[in-house]
Amino acid sequence: MKLLNYIERKSPVHSLNGASKLFCLLMWICSTMITFNTPFLLGATILGAVAFKLSRLKLSEQKGLLYFLLCFMLLNALLIYIFNPERGVELYGTRNLIVQIWGRFTITKEQLLYQFNVILKYLSTIPIILVFIGSTQPSELAASMNKIGIPYGFSYSFALALRYIPDTVSSFIDISRCQQARGIEMSNKESLMKRIRAAAALVLPLILGSVEQIEVITNAMELRKFGTQKRRTWIMSRPFKAGDYLTIAIGIGMMAFVITYNVINGSRFWNPFT
Amino acid sequence: MERGEPIIEFRDFSFQYNAQMEPTLYNIDLTIHKGEKVLIAGPSGCGKSTLVNCINGLIPFSYKGEIKGSLKIKGEESSSQSISGISNTVGTVLQDSDAQFIGMTVLEDIAFALENECIVKDEMTERVHRAAEIVGISDHLEYAPTDLSGGQKQRTGIAGILVDDVEVMLFDEPLANLDPATGKTAMELIDDVAVKTGATVIVVEHRIEDVLHIEMDRIILMENGRIVFDGTPDALLSSNLLIEGGIREPLYITALKYAGIEITEDKLPHSIRSINLTYEDKNRLRRWHESTPTVKPEPKTDTILDIKDLEFAYEDRPPTLKGVELEVHRGELMAIVGRNGAGKSTLAKVVCRFEKDCTGSMELMGEDLLTLSIKECADRVGYVMQNPNQMISKTMIFDEIALGLKLRGLDEEAIRDKVESVMKICGLYEFRNWPISALSYGQKKRVTIASILALDPDIIILDEPTAGQDFRHYTDIMEFLKDINSRGITIIMITHDMHLMLEYAERALVFTDGRIIADDTSAAILTNPAITEKASLKETSLYHLALMCGIDDPSEFVQHFINYDREVRA
Repeated sequence: MKLLNYIERKSPVHSLNGASKLFCLLMWICSTMITFNTPFLLGATILGAVAFKLSRLKLSEQKGLLYFLLCFMLLNALLIYIFNPERGVELYGTRNLIVQIWGRFTITKEQLLYQFNVILKYLSTIPIILVFIGSTQPSELAASMNKIGIPYGFSYSFALALRYIPDTVSSFIDISRCQQARGIEMSNKESLMKRIRAAAALVLPLILGSVEQIEVITNAMELRKFGTQKRRTWIMSRPFKAGDYLTIAIGIGMMAFVITYNVINGSRFWNPFT
Repeated sequence: MERGEPIIEFRDFSFQYNAQMEPTLYNIDLTIHKGEKVLIAGPSGCGKSTLVNCINGLIPFSYKGEIKGSLKIKGEESSSQSISGISNTVGTVLQDSDAQFIGMTVLEDIAFALENECIVKDEMTERVHRAAEIVGISDHLEYAPTDLSGGQKQRTGIAGILVDDVEVMLFDEPLANLDPATGKTAMELIDDVAVKTGATVIVVEHRIEDVLHIEMDRIILMENGRIVFDGTPDALLSSNLLIEGGIREPLYITALKYAGIEITEDKLPHSIRSINLTYEDKNRLRRWHESTPTVKPEPKTDTILDIKDLEFAYEDRPPTLKGVELEVHRGELMAIVGRNGAGKSTLAKVVCRFEKDCTGSMELMGEDLLTLSIKECADRVGYVMQNPNQMISKTMIFDEIALGLKLRGLDEEAIRDKVESVMKICGLYEFRNWPISALSYGQKKRVTIASILALDPDIIILDEPTAGQDFRHYTDIMEFLKDINSRGITIIMITHDMHLMLEYAERALVFTDGRIIADDTSAAILTNPAITEKASLKETSLYHLALMCGIDDPSEFVQHFINYDREVRA
């Protein structure tokens, strides 16, 4: 099961430029993280669902990442409640008790709205992350990062990681099996402590191997002039089209709305209780 | 031959790395002209890699050290240029075509240098396509490195320097990771690209015979940091310098010498296709062949490993092993050959229980291997990886060899006895208190083999035991394996090296597309054009020599050569 799963497909979302998508994604995440405006979050959730539909991706194709994000969301919601069941009361300044469960664990309208907002934040962001990853070629990622202003050295190291991760994983598997053959038990027959110690034994050969490889890669890059100019071009970059301007506008619009609302309202919270 | 103007000029050039006590290169005088094809050869540690790094600018810009004398590239002193400036003239294809594949796809990798030069996309696309066309990789532009063969990765590497219209193409051991037939194609490609672009070609290799598959203008032979020969291939092969320098001669040359035939420049000995043998020479070779009856190796019969109808597939892929049937006999020294991805390594991994989801049966002396865990299996079948650095997990030699015994709960005294006896067998006893980091590659290889031997396996499987080793180190490792073999341990080697197969393996299995297509003596396989072609191998030049001299049974001739060679070397 892969975590980053690009899926080649013809769709309006796939044909967008990676840079505009990345920009919109960042704006989207920031604006939904900042605001507690429930109608806005509901709107973003619907918009996200529409984008997902437009991308012609299927939820089943992104199982790995989807489960990861959903688990994270549930864990987060649960922890918020356990740490402070009346966080919503503190934030909204009123207290409408629905039921008293046990001790400090109460359910109030304010807490329900607060937690609903938190879940909405996830639900509005998850589809758009899935869309971005499923519809943006990994090769285009580095070019996109560079285009929205991230230095190319950093952007390229990101692309290099994606390039060499499969190699590292397969050599790790080989190393691990050789050590298992010598008697290091890695299966769940062993206690966790023993397995961690066993895994540590695999690190030395992996590091030695990687150091050798890094030297080769660095030489190969230098011999082909990496880092000699202030800028670099990208063969995988694509020209901006109308859709890209629309995508960027959506991102800016969302951010602008959230900031304006915060200023006018004086707080991040949409408050129906007062 | 008419020579172009000089493009690389070493004048009394010496170099010493900052971390080293002595220079690596001494007083090099060497001029390479435009359009020349030059082979630089020499044993490991002779300084040829350092010479390469001087030509491509990694020295002095990435590796620091002290330079004496002068090196001019395109008329300008190299140290006053920059690494990227030199790259405009000299394009380097590194040995490890996998690690130097930087892009996520062929297209991006070829474009890499142009991207760094800030070339606009349209021009870049056009130049990439032109370079891809020249090397014949146009149909694979969107492929990721994991989906390419070794030969295709190398084509990509060559295209990656051609986009820059370089004047010198520098190849660092281009044949190291290729199967024999792909290596042959690679040399033809290099020749072809040189013709199309007019570029100067510099190849650094110790596989002389394989490089001379194409016409080279000059060979530079290095030893201990000095140039000991600089002349035509014909002149070099007529001398004894290769043998003296610890480099393997082409096999047909060795055979001719054994037969007492004098090799002179006018016989054009640089290739088996060019060599001119007189009537008398041919008779002489035949007489040498017939002088002693050829003893064929006695086939062994005591079956130790019995594999029946073995099938295996990696997750979501078509099967890698299809109905493999194999009996391995006790005491055999066997080679498994075939192109990359044919199923050789997979078979080894299945036999060692690294890969478990197989069907069929596998029995070791009547015991069902398929019921064993990976650890239990290792007590019977040991596996040695190609790169010793990937196997070593301890810092001290003793601990490394003792690891498997400790994890099997032996008491300390028993471990000490066992480790010391294994060390003695492996010639490591004198190093017993050394840290592993102080050992050479070949010694590390011995440590990994020792750590497997300590578990007393019946069979040892080795993946490319001599990869990247020159003739002397190769002989060293192989004689060691032969010695272990003579102590009753069955040895199976996975290899691309036809010399290894011919000289050491009495039996060879040929894999193609997950099946065994031949199981015979190495001499028989390497003289069978139908099989060599199917499995991406290469017939030995001895086969062509035998045909040329009118010997009816080339396979017997090859066997005769192997037997004779063994006696001479012993």
